[in-house]
Amino acid sequence: MRNMRMSLAPRRAVAALAAVLLAGGMAACGNSDTGTDGGGAGDDKIVMGFSQVGAESGWRTANTNSIKEAAAEAGIELKFDDAQQKQENQIKAIRNYIQQKVDVIAFSPVVESGWDTVLKEAKDAGIPVILTDRAVDSADKSLYKTFLGSDFVKEGRLSGEWLVENSKDATGDVNIVELQGTTGSAPANDRKKGFAEAIAADPKLKVIASQSGDFTRAGGKQVMEQFLKAHPKIDVLFAHNDDMGLGALEAITAAGKEPGKDITIITIDAVKDGMQALADGKFNFIAECSPLLGPQLMDLAKKIHAGEEVPPRIETEETTFTQEQAKEALPNRKY
Amino acid sequence: MNERLRSMASHRLFWPVAVLVVMLAVNTIYRPGFLAVEVNNGHLYGTPIDILRLSAPLILVGLGMTLVISTGGIDLSVGSICAISGAIACLHISQAPDQNSLVTVFTALAMALGAALVLGAWNGVLVSVIGIQPIIATLILMVAGRGLAQLVTEGQIITINSGPYRALGLGHLLTLPLAIFIALGAALLIAALTRRTALGMIIESVGGNREASRLAGIRSARMVFLVYVVSAACAAVAGFMMTANVSSADGNNAGLWVELDAILAVVIGGTSLAGGRFYLSGTILGALIIQTLTTTVYAMNISPQTALLFKAVVVIAVCLIQAPEFRAKLGRRRRGGPPSPSSAPQPQKEEVTA
Repeated sequence: MRNMRMSLAPRRAVAALAAVLLAGGMAACGNSDTGTDGGGAGDDKIVMGFSQVGAESGWRTANTNSIKEAAAEAGIELKFDDAQQKQENQIKAIRNYIQQKVDVIAFSPVVESGWDTVLKEAKDAGIPVILTDRAVDSADKSLYKTFLGSDFVKEGRLSGEWLVENSKDATGDVNIVELQGTTGSAPANDRKKGFAEAIAADPKLKVIASQSGDFTRAGGKQVMEQFLKAHPKIDVLFAHNDDMGLGALEAITAAGKEPGKDITIITIDAVKDGMQALADGKFNFIAECSPLLGPQLMDLAKKIHAGEEVPPRIETEETTFTQEQAKEALPNRKY
Repeated sequence: MNERLRSMASHRLFWPVAVLVVMLAVNTIYRPGFLAVEVNNGHLYGTPIDILRLSAPLILVGLGMTLVISTGGIDLSVGSICAISGAIACLHISQAPDQNSLVTVFTALAMALGAALVLGAWNGVLVSVIGIQPIIATLILMVAGRGLAQLVTEGQIITINSGPYRALGLGHLLTLPLAIFIALGAALLIAALTRRTALGMIIESVGGNREASRLAGIRSARMVFLVYVVSAACAAVAGFMMTANVSSADGNNAGLWVELDAILAVVIGGTSLAGGRFYLSGTILGALIIQTLTTTVYAMNISPQTALLFKAVVVIAVCLIQAPEFRAKLGRRRRGGPPSPSSAPQPQKEEVTA
């Protein structure tokens, strides 16, 4: 009896696995926005095919909304596809756009590698490609027109520069703890690098502990709890995103310290909850990492469609916020 | 004296306890204040308290997982269920006019728990009625469940400001975090239900040999169904704690990979993945070991790049000294003779004679 069950089991397993895959595939198909048939051929309206990573965070949702709104405003017909964090969905979407002969393809690559084949197909079909938010590691730079996105190193550097500026009068060492993003991710590596470069200007500033909080509130909190116990004197917290900083706030309060006063807090992103904390005086400084690149993207699409040359790397328009600036900006915050 | 030491060493909880003590000792040597506990705002405050509080969700998930594994199954969906239950509870609270109202919070908890029970029943039906292999059946919900949690939160992080809900993760009772008592209460309840009645033995019997148990008059399918529902309920409560801990529901990250930690806790605790005997106290120790390990990485400031390797090495070491065959080999080499049979018990797959 036991043996019979064992022999049946693999077949059931395969069937179930197939069902899962099928469901996944269908969901992806259902999501792709086929829109009106045809495409830009014969029409003077620019048609853009956009493949988004997914909807994994508030930041991403704001990114999607910005692109959709900007397209409507610029009079560009947008074909939008949500790849649900899967590269194969993205490749499928891009191939669809090539078949539909759209005028320009834009996408935020889920991962860095493995794009050469499909980008070559787009190039052969004469359709220009714009990368947004994330880069690809393709050796052949001619496969895409430009990369529009944030400069993570700069975000780290701006944070560091603010700290250097604001600890000029400090006497003695300034002890900094750092909450890194997901180990090995580009934003974590680059923000750490930019920050380290900037604070090297002042030997008083010392990073005494640096750990990964995985870009999450729970992670930031758990790490900060231990930092606070291991190091009696912490002057500054630098968190690679708002969420980790928000988690750390709770740990700091529980330790009987006042965030923003006893410990200076610097974060990156400027999402709504983070801006609220900044306006409330719990954070001290945020370097923005803006998801609102829709208008810039549409401008680029128009320029490329008109045959103009564009630089291969374009930075998103971003700023930084102090507590006063946050109070002003908060009511109009979109994400 | 030597005899007593040997009998103590052969106790199944000896090695997990030894590992925990060694980890705490190493931490204390590195930082003498590691075990210090002080009173802060009327609560006990210190790293040991953090470890207890943070391991509470893992203990809960681990308890459910222990029962599932003892029937020869596995539940990969617990992490997703944590995320879904947390998301539903936080969504309901965030939409309420008064987030601090107890009625609102209890309604939210009941709704989320209800949803989790339905999901657990879904797992149970797939495994016990339709007969899909547990690893595949629960994989469906592990993958799809993250999507469900995202649908509930609409891809956003839901932030709430509710005192009563927050208490689930951060509240205190008798100077200790409430989460510890919830986990302890669940452990005692499950222990009483399985060890003070025949239920535990029946579950072990089903895990030992489902068909023989059925022929002996046990409703095996019903038992299997039941453990998945219990596992989902445990995961739901763990999900409340996780989201209450940070007063926000993050569909993507709440309970991410907790299923793997829970399985590890069960294995460290001495329950065999093949099913059969289960050890609730072992699982609790396993969860404490895993949380202590994580806290150690932060407390000793081991760089994130090496932290994963460090954890892997410790886990391998723990699993090796838990394996009787490995200990026997090691002992033989050291003593230069064959091991005495008593020092090498074989707790792998024990036949249950119910």
